[in-house]
Amino acid sequence: MITWPNFVSQLFNGLASGALLALISCGLTIIYGTLGVLNLAHGAMFMLGGYAGYVAFQATGSYVVAVAFGALFLVVVGAVIERVVIRQFYDRPPEDQILVTFGIGIVIVELVRLGFGSLTKTVPPPSWAAGVTPMGFLIYPTYRIVVLAIAAAALAALYIVLYRTRLGMIVRAGIEDSGMVGMLGINVYRVFMLVFGVGAMAAGFAGIVNAPVVSLTPDLGESILVQTFVVVVIGGVGSFPGAILGGLIAGEILSLTSMVNPAYSEVMLFVVMTLVLLLRPQGLLGLKGRA
Amino acid sequence: MQFARSGAPKRRDVLKSGAVLAATAALPGFWMPMAQAAEDQPAIGTWPAGSAGDSVFIGISVPRTGTYAVQGEDELKGYMLAVEHINSGDPLLRAISPKTTKGVLGKKVTYGVADSEAKPNTAVQEQSRFISQNKAVLFTGSTSSAVAVALNKFAQREKVLYVTGISGSNDTTGKDCVRYGFRQCFYGQTAAAALAPVLIKAIGKDKKAAYLTPDYTYGHTVQKSMEEYLKPAGWTTVTNQVAPLGAPDYSSYLLNVANSGADVLLNINWGHDAVLSTQQAKQFGILAKQKLVIPYQIPFLAKEVGAELTAGVYAATDFWWTLQDKFPLAKMFVESFEKKYGYKPEWGAENAYMSFAMWADAVERAGTFYPPAVIKAFEAGQHIQSMVGEVWMRAADHQLVRPVVIVQGKRPADMKSPDDYWEVVEIVPGEGVMQAPDAFGCKLGPYT
Repeated sequence: MITWPNFVSQLFNGLASGALLALISCGLTIIYGTLGVLNLAHGAMFMLGGYAGYVAFQATGSYVVAVAFGALFLVVVGAVIERVVIRQFYDRPPEDQILVTFGIGIVIVELVRLGFGSLTKTVPPPSWAAGVTPMGFLIYPTYRIVVLAIAAAALAALYIVLYRTRLGMIVRAGIEDSGMVGMLGINVYRVFMLVFGVGAMAAGFAGIVNAPVVSLTPDLGESILVQTFVVVVIGGVGSFPGAILGGLIAGEILSLTSMVNPAYSEVMLFVVMTLVLLLRPQGLLGLKGRA
Repeated sequence: MQFARSGAPKRRDVLKSGAVLAATAALPGFWMPMAQAAEDQPAIGTWPAGSAGDSVFIGISVPRTGTYAVQGEDELKGYMLAVEHINSGDPLLRAISPKTTKGVLGKKVTYGVADSEAKPNTAVQEQSRFISQNKAVLFTGSTSSAVAVALNKFAQREKVLYVTGISGSNDTTGKDCVRYGFRQCFYGQTAAAALAPVLIKAIGKDKKAAYLTPDYTYGHTVQKSMEEYLKPAGWTTVTNQVAPLGAPDYSSYLLNVANSGADVLLNINWGHDAVLSTQQAKQFGILAKQKLVIPYQIPFLAKEVGAELTAGVYAATDFWWTLQDKFPLAKMFVESFEKKYGYKPEWGAENAYMSFAMWADAVERAGTFYPPAVIKAFEAGQHIQSMVGEVWMRAADHQLVRPVVIVQGKRPADMKSPDDYWEVVEIVPGEGVMQAPDAFGCKLGPYT
């Protein structure tokens, strides 16, 4: 159903959902780029952030507290997981790393199911962002516009940390050559723990920010994980700007394809991923020979 | 005849048993019925090994994780209650299966549970395990028609009986029907035929309809049936938004719906997909402009999205607990279910309970676990009591002839108790809403 109003609506929707995908994906890509670990528990962390925020919201009724708690809780969870489990796996083959993170994901999902059950939980949007906003011929949920702004701000903050701070410099150096960073006398393991925490935080933050848009179930992260992988592959594995570009592209593909034939929107995502892998295997913004 | 516990048998015992053997051999025909039975009923599937002991096993695979997890758990509770009632000879079960005393043919029923994740491959793998390791005489489970269709074919191949769980696709007892599979619940065709007249009367003629459809056999057949039954009243389809099972976000589909100019939104999505798409339809302001219809009722939907969203919404269903005011068996079921699990059963649990009770009835009437004999007992079309009145199995496609219940969501102010979400508007008799048995291409296949 291609009409001019619908096209503009979908274009905007692609941007909004793409920004969120970008935010989740950048956590995945930072962890992979720095630690070399493909974190299959990333979807579960996204979900866990939502539930952590839900608990905080139930306790305080404050959206801001919920978002802050969801994000901080995941920093701690991420750091603990890195210290206790992931660290034992840096020198092991990639398939072991994939298996262990996959396992961690299952454990997180089932623990949440044990505690909260499968019935959905909802976090309402803050009262100032409830309802719809008329934007010309497009009516869009106000909170989704807020999500777009929050995601953009969070991505900008991450950019500043990565490209304008000493920590960011170490992280970026770690992506290039972690051995050399270690030789320069920097405690690489402490940085790794922090990076894993920040990566998990990006997922958790996105999880709680997204919570009022969806309804929370323990299985929430599963389908998101698949989409995030596609985003990272399109953008370039390990590349922070790549995750942002990939997220926006994925959001637009999902939205715009649905106008022509909704059944093909997911398929198109994989078609584009395949094309990227064929024509530019390192991803759109990935560097050759790295990752 | 008793042999000495240790040492060689006593001479006297040997002589005695020899005499018994000789006498029986001399009686012509003594061995005949046994020999005849063995010839008529050669080993098939898990028969006779599965029922050789003093208990029989049922394999249950329901989704306990994923999009349909909530509905799967409710279904499982219905199965467990039925097993408990079969083994204890509960009055409710005996009202459905009058020959039941305790157990099935005197054998205790045991079961194993596995998580199908609503995935056909997983479900088939689990049931193979139940068949090979536990010699299951019956298996069940599906909250997705994709699973039901896969298990149908698996049942026919393995020659082990299968009662469908929740399955709304026309194909389950249509083109994918099998001799070894039986369905209790309502489905796309009956839902559409029963619901369409109510919709046309309440909403009017010549309406523009938008559909949200899950991308598999259930979604496609229900959508097609609804379209077919609404068309004569001038309803047109302006958009059909087909989405994958477990989609994380419905925004792009809903924007298409919002821009389609539809008057009515028919949401065929199921499980958590229905919850999410309905909530997001509200977020996009669609429900303020378009009337929501749920062609195939989703257990717990009203509870999850809240009564404000389901108020006024029409839906077709198998069962709703307030039917207890009309049907005594429904009252017995709702009471014993609530006593055991602490909440009012939804239709998934009712469907599950009835499926097992009907199987117990068929086996008791057959007098054997031999599958072809049990199938013939099902096919005899015996009228049995259910929680929605008298029902019977249609021999030609193994679809139960049963009423479809039309409900409408109550406004929060009209709810008399926290679970009082729906009002039963109409109970449409089953016969009139079913297609001819071969209309969807059903060919049942062989007994052996």
